[in-house]
Amino acid sequence: MQPFEYASPKTLKEALALLGSAWSDAAVLAGGTDLISLMKDEVMSPKRVVNIKEIAELKGISKTAAGIRIGALATVDEVLSSPLIRASLPALTEAARGVSSPQIRNMGTFGGDLCQRPRCWYFRAGFGLIARYEGKDLVAEGDNRYHAIFGNGPARFVSASSFGPALVALGAKIRIASPSGTREVDAEKFFVSPTSSDVREVDLKPNEILTEVIVPVTGAKNATCEVRQKDALDWPLATASVALTMKGTAVASARVVLGHVAPTPWVSAEAARAIEGKAVTAETAEAAGKAAVAAARPLSMNAYKVQIAAAAVKRALLAAAGVKA
Amino acid sequence: MPEYRWPEMSKRKVMGKRLNRLDGIEKASGRAKYCSDINKPGMLHGATLVCPYAHARVKSIDTSEAEKHPGVAGVHVVSPPGTEIYWAHCEVAFVAAETELAARDALKKIKVEYEVLPHVVHEADLKKVQDRAKAAGEQIEGDPDQALKEAAVVSEGFYGIPVLEHCCLEPHGSVVSWTPDNKVEFNPSTQAVTSIRGDMARALNVPAANVHVHQDHIGGGFGSKFQPDRWGEAAARLSKAAGGRPVKLFLERNVEQVIAGCRPSAFARIKLGATKDGKITLWESQSWATGGFTGGGSPPIPYVYTRIPNQRKNHSAVSTNTAPIRAWRAPNHQQASYLTCAAMEDLAAKLKMDPLELFLKNVDLTARPDTYERQLKKAAELAEWKKLWHPRGDSGRGHLKRGLGIGVCTWGGAGHDSTARCNIHPDGTVEVELGSQDLGTGTRTIIAQVAAESLGLQVNDIRVKIGDTNYPPSGTSGGSTTVGGVSSSTRKATINALTKLFEEVAPALGAPATELEAVDGKIQVKGNPAKSLTWKAACAKLGVKTISETGQNIPRDAPKEGLNTGGVGGVQIADVTVDVETGVVKMNRIVAVQDCGTIINPKTAESQVYGAIIMSICGALMEERIMDAVTGRMLNNEMEFYKLAGIKDIGEIVVHLEIDEINDKRGVIGLGEPPAVGGIAAIANAVANAIGVRVPLVPMTPMNVLNALSGRMS
Amino acid sequence: MAPALLEQPAGAQTAPGVMGPGAVPITLTINGKPMKVSVEPRETLLDVLRNKLDLTGAKRVCDRGTCGACSVLVNGKVMYACTILAIDAQGKQITTIEGFALAGGRPHPVVQAFVNNDAQQCGYCTPGFVVAAKAFLDANPNPTYEQVKDGLGGNLCRCGTYVGVRQAVLEAAKAMKGGRNA
Repeated sequence: MQPFEYASPKTLKEALALLGSAWSDAAVLAGGTDLISLMKDEVMSPKRVVNIKEIAELKGISKTAAGIRIGALATVDEVLSSPLIRASLPALTEAARGVSSPQIRNMGTFGGDLCQRPRCWYFRAGFGLIARYEGKDLVAEGDNRYHAIFGNGPARFVSASSFGPALVALGAKIRIASPSGTREVDAEKFFVSPTSSDVREVDLKPNEILTEVIVPVTGAKNATCEVRQKDALDWPLATASVALTMKGTAVASARVVLGHVAPTPWVSAEAARAIEGKAVTAETAEAAGKAAVAAARPLSMNAYKVQIAAAAVKRALLAAAGVKA
Repeated sequence: MPEYRWPEMSKRKVMGKRLNRLDGIEKASGRAKYCSDINKPGMLHGATLVCPYAHARVKSIDTSEAEKHPGVAGVHVVSPPGTEIYWAHCEVAFVAAETELAARDALKKIKVEYEVLPHVVHEADLKKVQDRAKAAGEQIEGDPDQALKEAAVVSEGFYGIPVLEHCCLEPHGSVVSWTPDNKVEFNPSTQAVTSIRGDMARALNVPAANVHVHQDHIGGGFGSKFQPDRWGEAAARLSKAAGGRPVKLFLERNVEQVIAGCRPSAFARIKLGATKDGKITLWESQSWATGGFTGGGSPPIPYVYTRIPNQRKNHSAVSTNTAPIRAWRAPNHQQASYLTCAAMEDLAAKLKMDPLELFLKNVDLTARPDTYERQLKKAAELAEWKKLWHPRGDSGRGHLKRGLGIGVCTWGGAGHDSTARCNIHPDGTVEVELGSQDLGTGTRTIIAQVAAESLGLQVNDIRVKIGDTNYPPSGTSGGSTTVGGVSSSTRKATINALTKLFEEVAPALGAPATELEAVDGKIQVKGNPAKSLTWKAACAKLGVKTISETGQNIPRDAPKEGLNTGGVGGVQIADVTVDVETGVVKMNRIVAVQDCGTIINPKTAESQVYGAIIMSICGALMEERIMDAVTGRMLNNEMEFYKLAGIKDIGEIVVHLEIDEINDKRGVIGLGEPPAVGGIAAIANAVANAIGVRVPLVPMTPMNVLNALSGRMS
Repeated sequence: MAPALLEQPAGAQTAPGVMGPGAVPITLTINGKPMKVSVEPRETLLDVLRNKLDLTGAKRVCDRGTCGACSVLVNGKVMYACTILAIDAQGKQITTIEGFALAGGRPHPVVQAFVNNDAQQCGYCTPGFVVAAKAFLDANPNPTYEQVKDGLGGNLCRCGTYVGVRQAVLEAAKAMKGGRNA
């Protein structure tokens, strides 16, 4: 780890003033579960670390007129145990449950989950987001078992966020503060597939802080299904989050979002179309799962993830509709 | 000649009891000091610079900036210009500094220029390794060509099992000081307290008598911690250069995972032939494996069923630009068990035969037909084979498929060369001293149990002292030989000491020494509690004299003494559920039936089996070294991606140790390794039984399972 | 919910003071006692415990927030000390294994249950498991077998002691309810 300056401001305003205009100037520290490891591996070596954990205005989970507000500093455990979230946003509860280490649930924050860097082993080894080495495309030529099956190129990593797919499915807004004010971004637009190793995979600038997320409560039935190899702490191989607006027993409109399959949460309009107008049954859910992956373009080693993604969509739909498989 | 043989099983008072391990509280409370926990006054911290290339030549190395870095006490280069490096993460230089941070910062200031050379890091596809494969030459038994013609059924398959990393939780390393008087104080994390002294002395060219080794606890070894290693030697040299200040140098995890030990892979195309009713007549195999740059790793196949009458075997060792193998809990046996048992269950499937029947029908092809027959039947009973087994792939509708599978094991064990010293002091305290080590198997505890049994005392009356070269030499903890060795030497030392004590107290009890016995904390005339002295009163007769007697276990003499022996069999049966939509395999249950000889502590013995089975689950489902073709580096050298099973991933484990009078008469046999062998084969076979196709590549990750189900080869 | 933190950060500067990158004096509250130590901002709590305070019950194994061998309690919640900056741990109650395992000269029920059930072999992961188990039982005094498995999903063992660990945590739950050492 490279040396850095440290500050622990009490207010958002102070925190914003401590950030810089380049990513190398400063990094925001919340739960630390990702940043500390990145700094140990010197994948990130900021000159300053700004601890935001003492900023009260970034904490808490509450009901607002616009929906449920989840502060950037709400821990994964707070999300998991929030009755408010469980009652109307079970897709988030399930995503939190998937973080199966109590330590990570206690430390990790909601905002940190959204801003965490990819787990791509080439990125973590210092080859950058696009993972090139002597002109070679390391992911394409190397071991890509955990990499993208959608939206491949030039970035081929998968978005690591546990909550991202559910937020995109639920139409959440992400609020971001900068020294010049605040802005709000649709969750879907917050995640971006970078075209070079010099930019970020989220819509944040070096002098901005993600402050809170507003999740509208629409009554849509929602669920998340994560497929992990291990029950103990492990990264998902694929995730699906769905939000279904029902009309009677049929799905009037659907949002189907896949996780861990692309550099961003991946919205599947095909899957939504496949289920819309139909009741959710084992058959229609299976068909929607197939539709979700029809356009998948796997790499040399990860065709298996296409099957897993289809299963995740099917299961998330069934879970949302409360249908037993 | 005193009587050393173990007391009859039914008469033992301390041996055979389920006692808590004696160092349990110390370890569970965090008080136990492992060598990596040692902080000494004036201690320097070391750090390791490694080569980023899988194959390279060092052109130049400039350490001047690092030497000037604040807090740096020294830099020691082990790969000077001209050195050819054969694997990534190979050590290049070491730094010692006042703090870990300073040492790590200084590493970054060492400038190394490399000439990068071509590398090969994958061996799964034999066609792609070119001249890196060295054929060992064909081995033939019987007439395989004729057997092939005559076989009613021939099954063919391809099987592969990868390189695994030892992943000891305590990394490799040591604290060492080499003082100006040429004395070396060495605290390594080691499986070999006694022998590492000589190895270190040779490396440093100092008299062995000048090297003192001490280790209280070791945080895992599994076969990878026998030598001082380059980092141990480097730490000593850095200490010497710093005037003898202690240097603490342990590997960082992402280096530890790569260079501090791995298990060889094994791949094979296997053909098995049989008669219509399932008698195996033919084995043909074309196998290959890598053990790193120097090749190595040759699984003993066919395994357990060694007496297949007609065999043709060709094996190639593949040299790759990967870190060298080290001994692994039952070296090469897991690979051999997997290759053999998988091929046998595939043959059974082709014969449309219950594999349990096939394994039973051919037990005469093993060295222990009675043992395996008994164990197969017992394991089948415990696994509810009759109720739960079904023909391959016939697992009903739905996406969850359940299956059962069999794996077998064998191992030597027996006792290593070990000398114990027993001191009986006039105040009644008893010490047992050995230059041995407790890998977590419960060595301290079983030594105390044996000593207490011999002396008619309780375990708390015995002070066990191990882990130091000031104690008598004892063997390395490898090959499951520790319990056999230390129990036998302790038995002999304590009986020898007791014989001396009898001589001292005989006059006071008015009986010849040969007529005395030690029972329940007393020395008494045999069978006559009325004529007795308490242990304390008996020892008081020593006056100012301490009895100090040794006993030695000499492996070549052990068989006739009957205290320990070698050679066991075991059977594992796994019960899994596979989600065929996701490829995720979940353990329902695994049964381990294990032949074990005399058991000194059933509680710690069972722990060995539980641990071995859990290690098998990791190896069967999760673990593998993943190498990058382009950079030649290991990709999963952090524990986040080097997957180990967690507490939720293991299902139910049923351990059946064959503890009985007949087995007990064989004496002590090691137990660390045998149960770690067959689990992988059993799980692999259970998966095949569940999903109806063979997953040729271990581990059975979702990728490998779904690839097999979809007919994709990865 | 983490309690609001009112303490002043270390060093002479007032917020939004910037400290480092060189060493700064800080005070950590460890096992109820204030401990003064000088750290660079980049030092982890784990390395400070082990290298500067000789509290070596927490082990450095993965050093990347995966294995749980470094588990400590921060304000009563189990966390990975390898992934916390020491400077960031000021003003919080830090409990290490040394803080409770043998408090009052008697083994804590969790420690005793680990020994009774042989929930350890080499023992290197064990203090981390004990800390995680204590935190789990403090929050879940009547756990089911399934909950025990969930509660210890953030710790890894290489020797394979999970069978004993599961039994130990259930036994400790009973012992702690009996008030033997609660």
